[in-house]
Amino acid sequence: MELIANVLAVFFLLAGVTFMLVGSIGINRFPDVYCRAHAATKVDTLGIMLFVLGLVFFTGLSITSLKLILVAIFVSLTSPVAAHALTRRALLHGVKPWTKK
Amino acid sequence: MISQTQSPIIEIAARGLAPVIQLLGIYVFFHGHYGPGGGFQGGVLLAAGVLLLRLGIGASHSQAQVTSKSTVALCALGAFIFAGTGLVAILWGGDFMDYAYLPVQWLEAADLRYYGILFVEIGITIAVMTGLIAIYDDLLGIGNAGNN
Repeated sequence: MELIANVLAVFFLLAGVTFMLVGSIGINRFPDVYCRAHAATKVDTLGIMLFVLGLVFFTGLSITSLKLILVAIFVSLTSPVAAHALTRRALLHGVKPWTKK
Repeated sequence: MISQTQSPIIEIAARGLAPVIQLLGIYVFFHGHYGPGGGFQGGVLLAAGVLLLRLGIGASHSQAQVTSKSTVALCALGAFIFAGTGLVAILWGGDFMDYAYLPVQWLEAADLRYYGILFVEIGITIAVMTGLIAIYDDLLGIGNAGNN
């Protein structure tokens, strides 16, 4: 049983790290603010959410894992809203979206 | 209610998240006896809830939680509670912030220290929360300047 929990924990941690790596590459490589916000939001939501879920499997059922699940829920609520607010302000202030010439 | 941002997503998120942040602030404040946390951190979280409303639904609509005129007065009240508790201990014969000398007869010294620390933390929480809100309001020029 503990082996299964550890395997699941490592799987979720590796998935979170993969999303963080891909998102970080995207922040550096994408051309304009909207694409970069898209990549940064992947790091914030999916990366941190999967990472925290992996930590939940490490700790087992306790009050600590309940708090970690709450962290995952609030990160998944706030991070898309933050990216929405950022890109909405950029669009209203006249930043043109990138198009292929 | 027409918001400043005109974006329903931001407004709903701010209005939904601000009470949760403030509840977490109260939890951190009371949990300071047993673990990480305390008056300063709880006050910062309480201020973060109010400032999220200031940013999300506009300065004029978020006056219902903490008005801009009352922030400095409440900050002074918090500092008064903090320092006054220590000075009362001096007046009754102890050192500054020596809670065992507080004039409450029906409590033992250990309980008196426990509740004395809690009382001082209440003052710190009020002072930090309203102080941060006052800094934000002054930076935006709302409140005493008058023109929203």
